[in-house]
Amino acid sequence: MMAGVAEDEEKWLAAGIAGLQQNAFYMHRAMDSNNLRDALKYSAQMLSELRTSKLSPHKYYELYMRAFDELRKVEIFFKEETQRGCSVVDLYELVQHAGNILPRLYLLCTVGSVYIKSKEAPAKDILKDLVEMCRGIQHPLRGLFLRSYLSQVSRDKLPDIGSEYEGDADTIMDAVEFVLQNFTEMNKLWVRMQHQGPAREKERREKERSELRDLVGKNLHVLSQIEGVDLDLYKETVLPRVLEQVVNCKDDIAQHYLMDCIIQVFPDEYHLQTLEILLDVFPQLQPSVDIKTVLSQLMERLSNYAALSAEALPEFLQVEAFSKLNNAIGKVIEAQADMPVFGAVTLYSSLLKFSLHVHPDRLDYADQVLGSCVKQLSGRGKIEDSKATKQIVALLSAPLEKYNNVVTALKLSNYPRVLEYLDNETNKVMASVVIQSVMKNNTRITTAEKVEALFELIKGLIKDLDGTAHDEVDEEDFKEEQNSVARLIQMLHNDDPEEMFKIISAVRKHILSGGSKRLPFTVPPLVFSSLKLVRQLQGQEENPFGDEAATTPKKIFQLLNQIIEALANIPVPDLALRLYLQCAEAANDCDLEPVAYEFFTQAYILYEEEISDSKAQITAIHLIIGTLQRMHVFGVENRDTLTHKATGYSAKLLKKPDQCRAVYACSHLFWVDDQDNMKDGERVLLCLKRALRIANAAQQMSNVTRGTTGSVTLFVEILNKYLYFFEKGNPQITVAAIQSLIEVITCEMQSDTSAADPTADAFFASTLRYIQFQKQKGGAAGEKYGPIKV
Amino acid sequence: MVLVLALGDLHIPHRAPDLPAKFKSMLVPGKIQHIICTGNLCIKEVHDYLKTLCPDLHIARGEYDEDSRYPETKTITIGQFKVGLCHGHQVIPWGDLDSLAMLQRQLDVDILVTGHTHQFTAYKHEGGVVINPGSATGAHSSITYDVNPSFILMDIDGLRVVVYVYELIDGEVKVDKIDFKKTTATTAN
Repeated sequence: MMAGVAEDEEKWLAAGIAGLQQNAFYMHRAMDSNNLRDALKYSAQMLSELRTSKLSPHKYYELYMRAFDELRKVEIFFKEETQRGCSVVDLYELVQHAGNILPRLYLLCTVGSVYIKSKEAPAKDILKDLVEMCRGIQHPLRGLFLRSYLSQVSRDKLPDIGSEYEGDADTIMDAVEFVLQNFTEMNKLWVRMQHQGPAREKERREKERSELRDLVGKNLHVLSQIEGVDLDLYKETVLPRVLEQVVNCKDDIAQHYLMDCIIQVFPDEYHLQTLEILLDVFPQLQPSVDIKTVLSQLMERLSNYAALSAEALPEFLQVEAFSKLNNAIGKVIEAQADMPVFGAVTLYSSLLKFSLHVHPDRLDYADQVLGSCVKQLSGRGKIEDSKATKQIVALLSAPLEKYNNVVTALKLSNYPRVLEYLDNETNKVMASVVIQSVMKNNTRITTAEKVEALFELIKGLIKDLDGTAHDEVDEEDFKEEQNSVARLIQMLHNDDPEEMFKIISAVRKHILSGGSKRLPFTVPPLVFSSLKLVRQLQGQEENPFGDEAATTPKKIFQLLNQIIEALANIPVPDLALRLYLQCAEAANDCDLEPVAYEFFTQAYILYEEEISDSKAQITAIHLIIGTLQRMHVFGVENRDTLTHKATGYSAKLLKKPDQCRAVYACSHLFWVDDQDNMKDGERVLLCLKRALRIANAAQQMSNVTRGTTGSVTLFVEILNKYLYFFEKGNPQITVAAIQSLIEVITCEMQSDTSAADPTADAFFASTLRYIQFQKQKGGAAGEKYGPIKV
Repeated sequence: MVLVLALGDLHIPHRAPDLPAKFKSMLVPGKIQHIICTGNLCIKEVHDYLKTLCPDLHIARGEYDEDSRYPETKTITIGQFKVGLCHGHQVIPWGDLDSLAMLQRQLDVDILVTGHTHQFTAYKHEGGVVINPGSATGAHSSITYDVNPSFILMDIDGLRVVVYVYELIDGEVKVDKIDFKKTTATTAN
C-alpha cells in the first residue's frame, strides 16, 4: 500500500511538473512578445500547480523549486516592464487580479520585490503588506513554502542598518518586525501540521515535519544575519519574541528544534549576556522535549567560547554563568518529573565539563556539581540503567582527565558520594580509571589522609562490596585488577618516615579487609614498601629518651609480622615464607637478633607444616640456606639451632640428587668469607662428605633400579665444592682428598655400567681444564694447585 | 651481528609499578633478536610485554614468578656463543663469583647470565664471561642497597661480543661498554 502511495505521488508530481512546464512555455512566449496580460495569465496558471495537496513535503519541494526558477524570470520581466514605462504600483495592483489566491500571492511577492527595489514606496510598508497578505494561505504546507518564498525574495531588501533600504521611515525595527512576524506565522503553520490528518499517521507526519523544519529555522538565521541586531536589540526584542513563540506553541518538536536553532545561529557572546532569559525558558518547555541534549549543547558552546578567548572569562564571572546554569538544571529536573536518571546525570556531566573548562581553578564549583548530582540521585538506590551508568563514569572521569592528578579529585568531598550510586561492576571500572590516572601521570600520593581518600574511591577493588558473588568474577580480570592495586601501592610514598609509616598503616588496614583472594596480590607490595622504610631508618641511632611515638624499625617489623601472618593463615605458604626471609634479612641489617630469629622461626614453621610439594621444598630450602648464609646477627646458639635445622631439612628432601645438592649448599653456612669467626673447616668437610655419601647412595639406587650407575654429575659438583673450599684455604680440604675424588670420577666414567652422559663429561672436562688453568696461573694459586695431578 | 637483550628481576608489581619510562622508550620491537631474562618478572603482563619486543624470549625461573613452567636453568646457542641462563637464588652464596663459575662449568657455556642480586656485574672469568644485568626496574633488594635500574644489550658478532650496560642514574641513562673476545681454545664442543 505504501508503495502504491509512493507511485501515485510520482505520478502526481510528474503531472504537476508537466502542467508547470506547459504554462511556463506559454508564459515565456508572452514575455518574449512583451504581452503582459498573457504573461500574467500563464504565470498564474503555472503557479496553480502549487495548489496541490497530494504531495509530501519532499515532492512538493521539487515542484516548488521549479516554480521558483520560473519566478526569477517573472521578476526580471516585471523589472523590464517598469523600465518600459509600466508603473510598479500598477503592476502591484494588476497581479492581484489573478483568480486564485496562491498564484496571486506568489506574484504579489515577486512584484513586491521589484517595488521595494524601485524605492517608490517605503520598504517597510510593502513588507508589512506582503507579510499580512500571506495570511490568506492557511494550508500548512502551501503556507510554509509561500512564506519561505517571501523570506527568500525579501532578505536582501530589509531596511537593515547600512542597507540602501534604510531611511527615515524605514528602520531596523521594521526589518526585525517583518522577519519576526513571518517566523511566528510559519511556526504556527508548522505546528498546526501536527494536528492534521488521522492519528495513526503520526509517525509519518512527524517525519514530514522534521523535513520542513529548516524552512522555519531559516528565519532565525536571517535574524542573526541582520547587521542591526546588536546585543541590546537581541536582548530586548528578538530573543523575547522568539522565545515567546517557542513557549506558546506548546509543541515538543518545534521547541526542541527552535531552542537548538537559537543556540546554533546566534553568537555565544549573546547567549552569555542573555543567559538568564534563555535558561528561564527551559523549565517551561513540554515534558517530552529532550532538554538535556539542547542544554548540554549550550554548555559545550559556552566552554568552547571561553577556551577561544581569554577576555571572555570576566564576562562569565560577571553574569555568574555557572550558578545560573546550575540553578537552571535544578529547575529543569524539577519541572520534568519524568526525566530519567540518565537525563539528569547527563546534564550534570555537561555542567561539570563546563565548570572544569571555564573555571579550572574553582574546584568548589566542581564539588558543587557533584553535590547537586548526589542530591538528584539520592533516594533512587543503585543505578541500573546502563546509559546513566556510562554518564556517571564520564562525570567522574572528567576531573581526572582535566587535572591529570588524582590528588585534585581527592579534594572533592562529593566524589565518593556519587560512587555510592554505582553498581559494583561499575564501581570497579571507576576504580580502574582512578588507578590508571595515577599510573599514567605518575602521581605520588604523599599523605595518609590522601591515601584514605584514595582507597575510598577504589574500594570496589579493595574488598567485596555487598552482594558480589565470587564465582561471577573472571579469574584473569580479577588478577589484572589486583595487580593494578599492587602497582598503585608503589605510588603511595613520602620521604618523611613518620608520614610514610602512617601511609603504610592506612594501607594495611584497607588491604586486610580484602579477604583471602586479594591478600596474595596486595601483601607483597606493602611488605616491600615497609622494607624500604626500614632500610631508610636503618643505622639511625635510636634515642632512648626520645619520642616514644617515633617510627622505628622495630615497630615496622611488628606490623610486617602481622600482615605476613595474614598471608600465611590463608594459607599461601610459599609466598609468606619468602617474605619472612626478606624480613629476617632486613632485621639482620638492623642488628635486631630476636626479630630476625622470630622471622626465621615463622619461615621454618611454614616449611615444616605447609610446604609439602617436593619442587616447592627444593626452592624453599635454597632460599632458607641462601638467606641464613648471609645472616651475621645471630649468636652461636641461635645460629646453631637454625643451621642444624636447615641441614636436617636438606637431608630429608625426596630425591637423592636434591638432597645431595642441598647438603653441599649447607657447607657454606659454616664458612663465610668475610667473617673470621665463621670459618669452621671441619663442619664444611662433614657436609661435603655427607653429600658424597648421598651421591654414592644415589648411584647404587640407580644401579638397582635401572641397571646403570647413573650420572657422575653429582660427584663433579662435589669436586667443584672441594676445589672452592680448597682455594678459600680451608685446611680440612686436602690435595689427597681432591685427587682421590678425581680418580673416583675418572674410574666411574670408564666403568662399563655407567650411562653415557655428555653433559657430565663436558662438566668434568671443563673442571679439569679449570684446574689446569689454575696450575698455569702461577703465583699463590698456581703453587696451591701444583701438587694436584690431572 | 646479533643483538641480545638481557634483563631480569623486574619484580612487577611487588616492588616496582613498571619499567622506567626512559627504558620503555628505548626498547622498541624489531631491533632485538633474542631476549634472555633472568626471571622474577613476576606476572604475565610483563611476560606479554617482553614478547612484544621480541618473540624469541628465554626466561629462567625466579623465586617470585607466578608462572611455574619457566626452567631453573637454560642454555641457548647464539652464533658462536653458548649462553647459560639461571636466576641465581639456587647458587649459594648468592652472587658469589666462584660459585657462579662452577655453574658456568656445569652448563659448559661461554657466557653465563644470572640475576637475583639486583647488582649489575660483568666478569671475565677463565676465558668466559659471567654477567648479571641487575634489576631492570631498580627493585628493592635485601642484597644490594641503592639499586639503579639497569639492563644489558649484547652485540654478538663472530667471536666477539660487546656488552652494553644501560643504567638509569638520577633520571639519566648512562651507557657503559665491555668488550669480550672468545679464544678458540675455550670453544666448547
